[in-house]
Amino acid sequence: MADVALRPDGIGTAQPARKRSGLQKALKRRSTAAFLMTLPLIILIALLVIYPAFYSLHLATLNKSMQKFVGLGNFEFLFRRDTFWLVVKQSCIFAITAVVFKALIGFIVAHFVHNIPAKGQRKWRGMLLVPWVIPPAMSTLAWLWLFDPSYSAFNYTLSFFGIGPIPWTGDAAWARFSVILVNVWYGAPFFMIMYLAALKSVPDQLYEAAAIDGANWWQRIWYVTLPMMRNIIAITTLFSLIVTFANFDIVRILTAGGPLDHTHIFATWAFRIGIEGSDIPLGASVSLFMVPILAVAAIFILRDVNKRGNEA
Amino acid sequence: MSRKKLTRRQFVAATAMSSAALITAPYVRGAYAAGKLSIGFWDHWVPGANKASTEIVNEWAAKEKVEVTIDYIPSQGNKNLLTIAAEAQAKSGHDIFAMPTWWAHANADQLENVSDIMGPIIAENGEVNGTAKYLGTAGSKWLGVPASVGSQIKGPCSRIDLMKKHAGIDVQAMYPVGSEPKADNWTLETFLKAAEACHKAGVPFGIGLGETTDNVDTAGAIFLSFGAQLVDAKGNLTVKTDAVRQALEFYKKLISFLPPDAAAWDDASNNKWLVSGRGAMIMNPPSAWAVAKRDAPQVAEQCWTHGFPAGPKGRFAPYLPYFWSIWNFSKNKDAAKSLLVQLSKPASIEKMVVASGGYDLPAYEKLTTLKVWQEEGPPKGTLYHYPNPYKHQTLSIAASPAPPKIAQQIYAQATLTKMCLRYHQGEAMEKTLAWAEGECEGFMRS
Repeated sequence: MADVALRPDGIGTAQPARKRSGLQKALKRRSTAAFLMTLPLIILIALLVIYPAFYSLHLATLNKSMQKFVGLGNFEFLFRRDTFWLVVKQSCIFAITAVVFKALIGFIVAHFVHNIPAKGQRKWRGMLLVPWVIPPAMSTLAWLWLFDPSYSAFNYTLSFFGIGPIPWTGDAAWARFSVILVNVWYGAPFFMIMYLAALKSVPDQLYEAAAIDGANWWQRIWYVTLPMMRNIIAITTLFSLIVTFANFDIVRILTAGGPLDHTHIFATWAFRIGIEGSDIPLGASVSLFMVPILAVAAIFILRDVNKRGNEA
Repeated sequence: MSRKKLTRRQFVAATAMSSAALITAPYVRGAYAAGKLSIGFWDHWVPGANKASTEIVNEWAAKEKVEVTIDYIPSQGNKNLLTIAAEAQAKSGHDIFAMPTWWAHANADQLENVSDIMGPIIAENGEVNGTAKYLGTAGSKWLGVPASVGSQIKGPCSRIDLMKKHAGIDVQAMYPVGSEPKADNWTLETFLKAAEACHKAGVPFGIGLGETTDNVDTAGAIFLSFGAQLVDAKGNLTVKTDAVRQALEFYKKLISFLPPDAAAWDDASNNKWLVSGRGAMIMNPPSAWAVAKRDAPQVAEQCWTHGFPAGPKGRFAPYLPYFWSIWNFSKNKDAAKSLLVQLSKPASIEKMVVASGGYDLPAYEKLTTLKVWQEEGPPKGTLYHYPNPYKHQTLSIAASPAPPKIAQQIYAQATLTKMCLRYHQGEAMEKTLAWAEGECEGFMRS
């Protein structure tokens, strides 16, 4: 259409040549090349993410035997179950507490590492990343042995100080503490490395100016470091919140949701209902319930990031 | 470029030969003339046990000219359950699949009716026990052939020495090798006294209260011994009954004699409890004893597998069968049925049971007295009463006799152990019952 508009006199035999040159131009465009290069990934995501997402939406609208469309009936059913609200509450406690502690520990450790002389820093960075690079299913097994109801290594050690035995996975409060602790242990290095990268990008001149103005260490953090790290903190928190909300392996291996369902989170309860209880539509509904919660969090956090981006 | 001309005679000859080849091709028995068959067997945890199934299948395949592929799928991490769910959704996958306990019923609409082969199998092997029927049939349709591989009874495995010393019970005399049990006094009352005595002696019974199957199975058998059902066979709620109250009262007393961390136990905890020598009894198939044989022989020598204590309404033991089922999307159902018949021959069953060291249990009444259970040891005869040779106890599954689709929810959600734990932790009886009733109402959604 654009060609015709530009050259109204162009008719007959000239058109195919122009079409060819248009295609060649399109292929030469950087955006086309970029699109073609990302196409395999787009197809992969469409197959492995978008299709399953829509399929689970479809499943969530079916009855237990998957023969009848029930619309939002599964959600209606879930809203009447006490256990569901217990799971919602626990998922929020688990994700928010774990993310807060991961961010806090990551922030503190990133500062420590940042202050280590450059020569020895690489070793520390490598060592501190170890929990994050071990597959959580494996590392959680080690934690399971440390928390084992009958043979806990922690309890054995504590017994020398006359403490315990502590029911790490047998009591609701301790079991919640244990799963959050393992999640924090696993996820804090990710925050640490992100914050360290952000810290390194803060210009030294700002600290020098703050020092000249007589700022103490807290004022330097509050007025220089934190504002410069805001965006990375927001993005990291959002990313971690999504991953932690959707966590499965740590809770599944450590407590399997017990005792008395007091450590179940969305993914583990969805698995219990959908796979172990053969009620796949209800399991799909439970797992989909995470979406609105995370969407609201994402909107708030990303909106803030955009704002600051514009201000900059 | 020269081109050879096709004569009319040559054309007629070629056409005739091609037609003859096409017509006769199906009748030529090549190496895999009867097609392909893929099987998803349960991956046995007894080393070498898979070999027996592979040999039987390969022998059959060579005879029947079928190309077979076998996948051994473990139940660790519920990998087999995930595979079942995926194949049911995709309507594609293996032809035969080993379905554990509830999964034949859960996929009943997608399974081939095998009633036609079950008739002759039962005629040869004897009647099938009630739990295998409850889990394996929908109306008059058999949803799978009861598999010996993986099927188990989770009865008591007691320490001979500790039970004698602390509870004054001679389990070998109660369940002697080669003869009927003399266990009239082996009741829940005696069991509770023994639990108290062993607890006092520092070797408590290792019975868990977690949400995994071993814990649920024990609770299920004890509830049934009191006649306690949360939902009856017709699907009516029967939570608020005296039988359920009695079962809860019993469990409350029992829990005070169990290890304090029992609420956190999983299916490995009781095994470890026995092997480490810390307890006088666990409820488990002989896998724990088999591990003890390897890792703690002095413990294994003192182990005796026997029957459950009887309650006011009878003596029930947890039985968990597997079924070999054929998906209705299988493209080679005839071959699949032929293989299942072969796997259910008494000789095949015996071969698989021997390979499992006596762990596997056939569901058929004529096959509960195989030699392997008399000979396995140490101590010799420790497994003699494991297959329930004298029908001394009723084989059952927790949450039965509720309709299987409801019972599966009660079982998977561990409603029974949760009730026991809630009541033991101080919740009022009626509040616990109301909670359980609410849960069961939810499980009834169709």
